[in-house]
Amino acid sequence: MSLEKLLKEKGYEAVIGLEIHTELQTNSKMFCGCPARVFGLEPNTAVCPICLGLPGTLPVPNQKAVEWTVKIALALNCKINEFSQFHRKNYFYPDMPKNYQISQYDYPIGVNGYLEIETSKGQKRIRIHRVHLEEDTGKLVHVGRTGRISEAEYSLIDFNRAGVPLVEIVTEADIETPEEAKVFMQTLRSVLLTLEVSDCNMEEGSLRCDANVSIRPKGSTSFGTKTEIKNLNSFRALEKGLEYEIKRQLETVLSGKKVVQETRHWDDANKRTVTLRTKEEAHDYRYFPEPDMVPMEISTQIVEKIRSELPELPFEKKKRFIREYSIKEKDAGILVSDKEMAEFFEEAARLSNNPQAVANIILSELLYHLNESDVWFSDIRITPKHISDLVNLLESGKISSKIAKEVFAEAFKTGKNPEEIVRERGLEQISDDTMLESIIYEVLNENPQAVKDFKEGKKQAIGFLVGQVMKKTQGKANPQMVNEKILEILSNN
Amino acid sequence: MSISKDEVRHVAKLARLELSEEEIEKFSNQLSQILEHAARVQELDLENLEPLTHAVDRRNVFRSDEVKECLSREEALSNAPEREGEFFKIPPIV
Ligand SMILES: [Zn+2]
Repeated sequence: MSLEKLLKEKGYEAVIGLEIHTELQTNSKMFCGCPARVFGLEPNTAVCPICLGLPGTLPVPNQKAVEWTVKIALALNCKINEFSQFHRKNYFYPDMPKNYQISQYDYPIGVNGYLEIETSKGQKRIRIHRVHLEEDTGKLVHVGRTGRISEAEYSLIDFNRAGVPLVEIVTEADIETPEEAKVFMQTLRSVLLTLEVSDCNMEEGSLRCDANVSIRPKGSTSFGTKTEIKNLNSFRALEKGLEYEIKRQLETVLSGKKVVQETRHWDDANKRTVTLRTKEEAHDYRYFPEPDMVPMEISTQIVEKIRSELPELPFEKKKRFIREYSIKEKDAGILVSDKEMAEFFEEAARLSNNPQAVANIILSELLYHLNESDVWFSDIRITPKHISDLVNLLESGKISSKIAKEVFAEAFKTGKNPEEIVRERGLEQISDDTMLESIIYEVLNENPQAVKDFKEGKKQAIGFLVGQVMKKTQGKANPQMVNEKILEILSNN
Repeated sequence: MSISKDEVRHVAKLARLELSEEEIEKFSNQLSQILEHAARVQELDLENLEPLTHAVDRRNVFRSDEVKECLSREEALSNAPEREGEFFKIPPIV
């Protein structure tokens, strides 16, 4: 049974809030001059006395990282706090050399925003609680028989990532289903990519997601006990992890037990969540204002300047696509979900007088071939011009839609112009009526039984006959036209 | 204003300090005295004052986003009590 059905049947609903971290692709780290793009670097080669927390060093915030955080907060419709400051978040875990992380507490850069998402059930607004700036932590490798932290004999640290600018985005608990959570993440990712502040590579950890989940009787206004799920670091993991956890909580409650407030870890290999720590061990971070750095005052002028420089965001682009190109709302929503795809579409749509047909080809043929060959728009040989040419060939009746698929596949593979492919391979649709009619007569003579069936009222026999004609012409006939012609001939005889 | 023995235990645990029962008793008294002393500030009329978190009255000290030279790995690891190859080595965490 689907989770949705199960919850409905038992009279429960899920309440989900997300906490997202994204690394900023600035040149340098948050508080020092070490490079910020450290993925793949040799361990402990992008470190300095500041990010190693050596005594006597002073951190100084990176202005660009602060501006980019304002940019993200504005794109998420947040209010920018005029007064903002850094706090120390104290904890004993060796991923930070200082035993604290420089983060933000009661004066984050942005508060009270929202992001509109498009789910299978329509548009929905997810409120953003806060957007703040902090530093990323180092990376630990646990060495032992299993590689699991609980069985490690010792651990190794690479501090390259320590101090990389990290933006935390926290939603309100407005998300009701795993699908909504996934769509939110996808939408947020496309916003961040549009802003060009992060590469949002989930596999490399530059976009990460944790979730708070609880369930409650449908319609209830109070919240059930929540668990925090860590390591939901792919769209699939986010959806599957939440599904698992909601089901687990529902089963717990239905069997008369209580959900325990705890932090759980999504085990992607075994597709389940496991206890990481319970509330008793929960952290008490003893935040206090970072004494090494003075507060920030982000003036209205700066905020308005950054706001005026915001690029067109996916949600706005979608509205414009519908307005300018008269394409279906759903198609526009998918097209803008990826920056490269939106650009590719727009270029092709401008060249064509049928943007909807362009959208159809991109969303069916092109996406199919991209998935099959595991590449994305920047790596392909077929061009927007090819797509608009293909649409023209179809529109003018020069090729059938069946042939169009073939031509597309070849253009995708070779980067050849569709017109050239059609010419070279003689794929033009048979537009010569006499020629088509003679083929149809041939097929009718070869299939007397089907003709008899049709005349006796078995109307579906015509499908078989059309199929035979298409086969004989190797797909170069227009099936609609063939259908009409057969009907015409049979009703006159 | 007083600090209970349980509060001392909690703070000590967070700071990874191991205290004896006598020390807990002692620190409970001492910390209470310190807080009582600090509490005298509250006798003043502070109604319209923002909390002071920094002694320097400055705002917006930033650096530009430029990459500077890092330490060499050997320098970075030179103070480490233990290392293994390219990494800092530490005892098991849990
Ligand atoms: Zn550094």
